[in-house]
Amino acid sequence: MDDAGLSVPVAARGLTKTFGSFRAVDDVDFQVQPGEAFGFLGPNGAGKSSTMRMIGCVSPRTAGDLTVFGLDPTRDGSTIRARLGVVPQEDALDVELNVRENLYVYGRFFDLKRSEIRRRTEELLEFTQLTERADDRVEPLSGGMKRRLTIARALINQPDLVLLDEPTTGLDPQARHLVWDRLYRLKQQGATLILTTHYMDEAEQLCDRLVVMDNGRIVDDGSPRALIDRHCTKEVVELRLAATTDLERSAGHLRRDGLEVEVLPDRILIYADDGEAALSFADGVGLRPESALIRRSTLEDVFLALTGRTLVEAG
Amino acid sequence: MTTPIGHRRYPSVGSVQPPAGTWTTPRFVRVVEYHLVGYRRMWRGSIVRIVISPILYLLSMGIGVGSLVDQRGAVDLAGGSYLAFVAPGLMAAAAMQSASAASLYPVLASVKWLRTAYGQVGTPLRPVDLVVGLQAWFAILALAAAIFFTLVLAVFGVVASPLVVLAPLATVLGGLSFSAPLAAWAMSQQDDHKFSVVFRLIVLPMFLLSGVFFPVEQLPAPLEAVAVVAPLWHTIELTRGLTLGTAGMSDFFHVAVLVAYVIAGCLYGKRTYTRRLYP
Amino acid sequence: MNASGVVAALIPGSSHRWAHVVARNYASTRSAWFATVTGAFEPFLFLASIGIGVSVLVGDVDVDGRTYDYTTFVAPAMLASAAMNGAITEASFNTFGKLRWHRIYHSMTATPLTPTDIAVGEIVYAQLRGTLYSTIFLLAMVVLGLVESWWAVLALPAAVLIGVAFSAAGLAVVTVLRTWQDIDLIVFGQMLLFLFSATFYPLSVYPEPIQMVAQLSPLFHGANLCRDLVLGTVGWYNLINVAVLLGMTVVCSRLAARRFTSLLYK
Repeated sequence: MDDAGLSVPVAARGLTKTFGSFRAVDDVDFQVQPGEAFGFLGPNGAGKSSTMRMIGCVSPRTAGDLTVFGLDPTRDGSTIRARLGVVPQEDALDVELNVRENLYVYGRFFDLKRSEIRRRTEELLEFTQLTERADDRVEPLSGGMKRRLTIARALINQPDLVLLDEPTTGLDPQARHLVWDRLYRLKQQGATLILTTHYMDEAEQLCDRLVVMDNGRIVDDGSPRALIDRHCTKEVVELRLAATTDLERSAGHLRRDGLEVEVLPDRILIYADDGEAALSFADGVGLRPESALIRRSTLEDVFLALTGRTLVEAG
Repeated sequence: MTTPIGHRRYPSVGSVQPPAGTWTTPRFVRVVEYHLVGYRRMWRGSIVRIVISPILYLLSMGIGVGSLVDQRGAVDLAGGSYLAFVAPGLMAAAAMQSASAASLYPVLASVKWLRTAYGQVGTPLRPVDLVVGLQAWFAILALAAAIFFTLVLAVFGVVASPLVVLAPLATVLGGLSFSAPLAAWAMSQQDDHKFSVVFRLIVLPMFLLSGVFFPVEQLPAPLEAVAVVAPLWHTIELTRGLTLGTAGMSDFFHVAVLVAYVIAGCLYGKRTYTRRLYP
Repeated sequence: MNASGVVAALIPGSSHRWAHVVARNYASTRSAWFATVTGAFEPFLFLASIGIGVSVLVGDVDVDGRTYDYTTFVAPAMLASAAMNGAITEASFNTFGKLRWHRIYHSMTATPLTPTDIAVGEIVYAQLRGTLYSTIFLLAMVVLGLVESWWAVLALPAAVLIGVAFSAAGLAVVTVLRTWQDIDLIVFGQMLLFLFSATFYPLSVYPEPIQMVAQLSPLFHGANLCRDLVLGTVGWYNLINVAVLLGMTVVCSRLAARRFTSLLYK
């Protein structure tokens, strides 16, 4: 195959997408390397899905450059998509077909041979732990099973690059862990993954490198660890105060004494390398929280530091 | 003391009464209101169906084919002209068709795709209120359509009797004799695979063979026996008699048959609705 | 030239992959075989209603100096109407649901399939069932003695052409509809064509100005073509019939492909 294409799965420069006067994706640059798991972290509406759709060759870009496997999505859409596996945000399974037929019909869309599809189907059902449901209808499957089937379907053509848009949104915790486990194994096998998420734990677990998006722009990029080190202290103290407390005034007390503080609608966050020390300091200025929690900094805190908003609130 | 938002204080024992201002009318009326509110957004399509299509059928079949039939005059038709024969039949058939269309997909949608019926039985409404409410709503729609159709008949000059004022009621009854059993059956379905079969094997054969376009006496005996069981035939006989002034005692029999279809349909509906909504 | 070659010549940008869409639809309707079988029944009901009922009332029909039994006169128009109705129903109702609610097309666009391939696949599939019905119906017409000429062999391709033209039109229209209520407009158009395309009586029944209007109806051209082939009264006018249906196919399928592209590639 073309070496240039394989060496850079996706490269974007000045990539822009507008809908009318709304700039969904605004002049972003990024490169995805072979074999890495690359993430877009940001709240709903940050432009992640629009970017994914452009990479998936189903949304013409408004401006800028974009190559996938070194090819132009506008001109070579079919050729590119033949090498992609796409897990969309909504499962988009074919409810008129059963589990096995979903994989079969989808495989035919890639011009795969019937015998090849049958062989891959058994492997993929095994991999996604759906073998026992192979001949069942799709509709009654649980959310987690549907998502796993969507993942199996995306892998039917042995893609060089897998696009996952919010792979675990809407799943219960147990189902999420199962999906993460499968994706992690995929990653270990050397697959190149691009995923979008607004869950910081998902990004931390799966991504080697990620970009933080907000309002269509990339606000920073790096590995999860590097981003945390760059923007946050080691630990965070979360204080929940009584409903009658004036949070801004309490925060003012803490800030006056040189602490880095964020006020959220329901709590106060104190950033400190030593959480215990910060907590006893808060106690010293007379704060009496209903509950206090000391934890490690996460990507959620990175996002807050970069945009002044939480991932959930911003959506 | 401020009033709590969104909930009332839990009543003390012995004072469990409905809050003031609820349930002053029969419950099924609420269901009719519900359909009325939804209808405001979709009347456009049904106007085409109710107002324009009957006129087109009358023009094409009544006058177009009629010109061929009357020029020959081989068979003595009630009312004389083919137009006068076909017109009341088309009125009855129109009621059947809109009743069937409204009873299948919307009913299944309310438990399968939209799931609005589950929301409704989460209130004091019972499944049977949904059954009666839906049929009452259909009756209102069908009456409006039938009155309009009757006026069209008058304009085309085929009305021959003052009894015609009863024709819309006959047509409404005929429509309900379809919608009640079909809505009940639709509620028992898991998907819509069999719906098109209902149209092909029940609605369309009745439309074509049970007396709209020609007298059922022309059918071979076994087919005629089937046709006279069909609710559409009874509706047509009633409507035709009232329009053309040939009504007689036998029409009470037609009314009785149609009423029986409606009652049986509602009872069946009570069963299927209850099974589906209180699983 | 094979089938996809012909299609690619008519509709730029289509590949052989439309065949996979046809295969997908076929797989999804296998469970609904009963509906498929009963669909074949439909034109026979019309034929029975006319043969047993209306033809007794009408008797014979005179067209251009020849006299036909009414059933013989109407049957070819039923063939054309059935081809139209089958194609429109399949292309509009089924596709509308897929386009607006199910996300089947969105998962198709994640594969090498293009929106044009999807549109072509739907058009081809929509008239397949109609073709099956037309074949059965034409055979029944032979058995019932309603066919008067060997030209009738060409009535089958004519019915397929009608089917393709109306699936393309149905698909193009469905892409601009928003709600199920809008679908009523399609049903209305279908009824208008069915009733006023000289299907149930000769064109001469209409007043002169309406005769002109009726000749704008594509179903009139379909019915006229089928009737002339089945009755053996073929003439130069039939070339116009074919041209109208072919033109409609090309224009509407290109339109449908373009609309699919703008709906699926946002």
